Amino acid sequence: MKHIMMKTTAAAALCLAAGGAIAQEVTLTIESWRAEDQAIWDEVLIPAFEEQHPDINLEFTPTAPTEYNAALNARLEGGTAGDLITCRPFDGSLPLFQRGQLADITDLEGLSNFPDFAKAAWSTDDGAQVFCVPMASVIHGFIYNADAFTELGLEEPKTVEEFFAVLDAIKEDGTYIPLALGSADQWEAAQTVYTNIGPTYWKGEEGRQALIDGTAEFTDEEFVAPYEQMARWSDYMGDAYQAQGYSDSQNLFTLGRAAIYPAGSWEITGFTDQAFFEMGAFPPPVSAEGDTCYISDHTDIGVGMNASTDHPEAARTFLDWAASAEFAELYTLALPGFFSLSNAEFAVENPLAQEFLSFRQDCESTVRVAAQILSRGEPNLENEMWVVSANVLNETMTPQEAAAEMQQGLESWYEPQQD
Amino acid sequence: MTEIVSDATGRKPTTRRRRKTGGITHIVVFLAPAVLIYTVFSIYPLVESLRLSLFAGQPDGSAVWTGLGNYARLLFDANWAVRFWNALWNNLILFFIHMVVQNPLGLLLAALLSLAPRFGGAYRTLIFVPTLLSVVIVGFVWELILSPLWGVAEGMMAAVGLGWLYAPWLGLEGSALTAVSMISVWQYVGIPMMLIYAALLSIPDELLDAARVDGLSGAAIFWKVKLPLILPTLGIVAILTYIGNFTLAFDLIYSIQGVLGPPDYSTDIMGTLMFRTFFGQQTQIGDIYMGATVACMMFFIILIGVGLYLVGVQRRLTRYEM
Repeated sequence: MKHIMMKTTAAAALCLAAGGAIAQEVTLTIESWRAEDQAIWDEVLIPAFEEQHPDINLEFTPTAPTEYNAALNARLEGGTAGDLITCRPFDGSLPLFQRGQLADITDLEGLSNFPDFAKAAWSTDDGAQVFCVPMASVIHGFIYNADAFTELGLEEPKTVEEFFAVLDAIKEDGTYIPLALGSADQWEAAQTVYTNIGPTYWKGEEGRQALIDGTAEFTDEEFVAPYEQMARWSDYMGDAYQAQGYSDSQNLFTLGRAAIYPAGSWEITGFTDQAFFEMGAFPPPVSAEGDTCYISDHTDIGVGMNASTDHPEAARTFLDWAASAEFAELYTLALPGFFSLSNAEFAVENPLAQEFLSFRQDCESTVRVAAQILSRGEPNLENEMWVVSANVLNETMTPQEAAAEMQQGLESWYEPQQD
Repeated sequence: MTEIVSDATGRKPTTRRRRKTGGITHIVVFLAPAVLIYTVFSIYPLVESLRLSLFAGQPDGSAVWTGLGNYARLLFDANWAVRFWNALWNNLILFFIHMVVQNPLGLLLAALLSLAPRFGGAYRTLIFVPTLLSVVIVGFVWELILSPLWGVAEGMMAAVGLGWLYAPWLGLEGSALTAVSMISVWQYVGIPMMLIYAALLSIPDELLDAARVDGLSGAAIFWKVKLPLILPTLGIVAILTYIGNFTLAFDLIYSIQGVLGPPDYSTDIMGTLMFRTFFGQQTQIGDIYMGATVACMMFFIILIGVGLYLVGVQRRLTRYEM
């Protein structure tokens, strides 16, 4: 007994000496929808952090993506949510901040490492308060089967007409399905097609801001044009694409049966593992040679802190680290396809990821058109966009009808659009 | 029958009094588990949903009283109404398909099985087995079978010369709901079959013998003797179908098509509308107040349907002592 007492006293003294103050160990749990990142957190990110901060333990506890929003809401309401919260962009997190569930971190030092456009996804509408540290964005473009391109003597298309010429050539040859795309799950039609090829027409941020300000409408030429292009795509998608889902398209491409895949950079890891052929990537084609190209560089994932955490200091320490150049590099290297939004410069190893990242230099970046403010009301613009975009691919709706339906839904609740 | 018997045996006043005093405690004790469980897990959530549907959520997370405002929005606001009526209409189509395909098929199978109860055993089991499978498995398997890319449907149809009839049914607006309904029929046809089969078996042989002696043919026996006797069971099957089409159908559509009821809301039913309103969908934030309103509308629709059945049909059914 005496022995143990002495040991404890000695340990306590040691602690005091080492920490200078109270070096009490705390454990922070991280809420996330990225269940597939468990290994990266456990093996790379958490050890790196704990090495520098031995007094803080991290635990990564993800939820399935489809359940994340609902489950997180319930846990925040019930007071059982984790200390650190992985943030969906824009209106996915803003309500949590408005309800006082996410803490204000505007004065966090590390935030100065990020450009404004990155912070916009996790700021109040006026930009005055920031509530999450930007982690990564996903970039949209097209991934193609480079072996197939070499075989058929094709080159990366730059303009829309070249793009269709390439599709025609692949179709004529008949070995490959030109486009690995289906409309059954609907969301690809909106996210990896409409908001992928669209920014070229509506000039990225310019068009997006005009919609938010109410000076442009979805029925304007620049927002209908991407649908007109999509209406021409149906000829190049596989037979019976109406019943082809997301995973079907992925498999078609990685099995080498399709030549071009309208993609988001999140596919890079999976495709690199599965495809047995060389791959390349090109940004969405422009209307005419020499036009500026625009890419959807969508701020997709951030991290903030639970306002009612028991360890606010430790949580802020982590957020500061998450904003550091070290984290940016570790994260992007571990997850090629999720590109850090930090100003820090570092090299990416995966060649496909390098190509996607190079789009940032050549093209203007913008976020998905419906992400900020516009999907706040009812009917939800994002959902509408899924449905009408799939309808255009299915040829059950004309480009004009699709645009009109989105505009009608938006006008019904969004004041700046109501004049 | 049992009531008459017990009244007849309760002749002695002493036994009757003892039964009365012990009765109240007995009633309380025996009812308590069911009442408690129902109250906690059914009645309370129901009342709470009804209460929630009378409030509207505010941006700061609080709620304000709106009376029937949510219901008015659901029924008359252009954007809500179009989804609501579409979902209800799809539910009715689903019900119709089950009534004209599943239940007659169940009746036919039951009638055939009851002719040869001994040899039908294997078939009976085989037809009933799908009802025991998880909806997710059934949905996944059928999605694969019907898939234009990896499915066997096209090849099998081509093998019998019907390849030209194949279409990606689950992805076409005109056929998606019918395709999902048929999958559901495949899975659940065993239930009406079993109910009707049991009813048919309970018909005493003397009745059938008498009919035969009276000179009725096999078909006439079925239509004139068996069918009237099992009508109450058919009524129950119909009402189970009606309720199931609001509850079970959601599982299947959710697992095959997702919560938006693609393509173009053609498989959107009350269940999927309620789910995405309540829990949210991608960037659509869940709204528990509107979600509760949709759920309550479902409750009222089921209530009205069942009520109409009880008043309009059940009472008029003649029950025969057998």
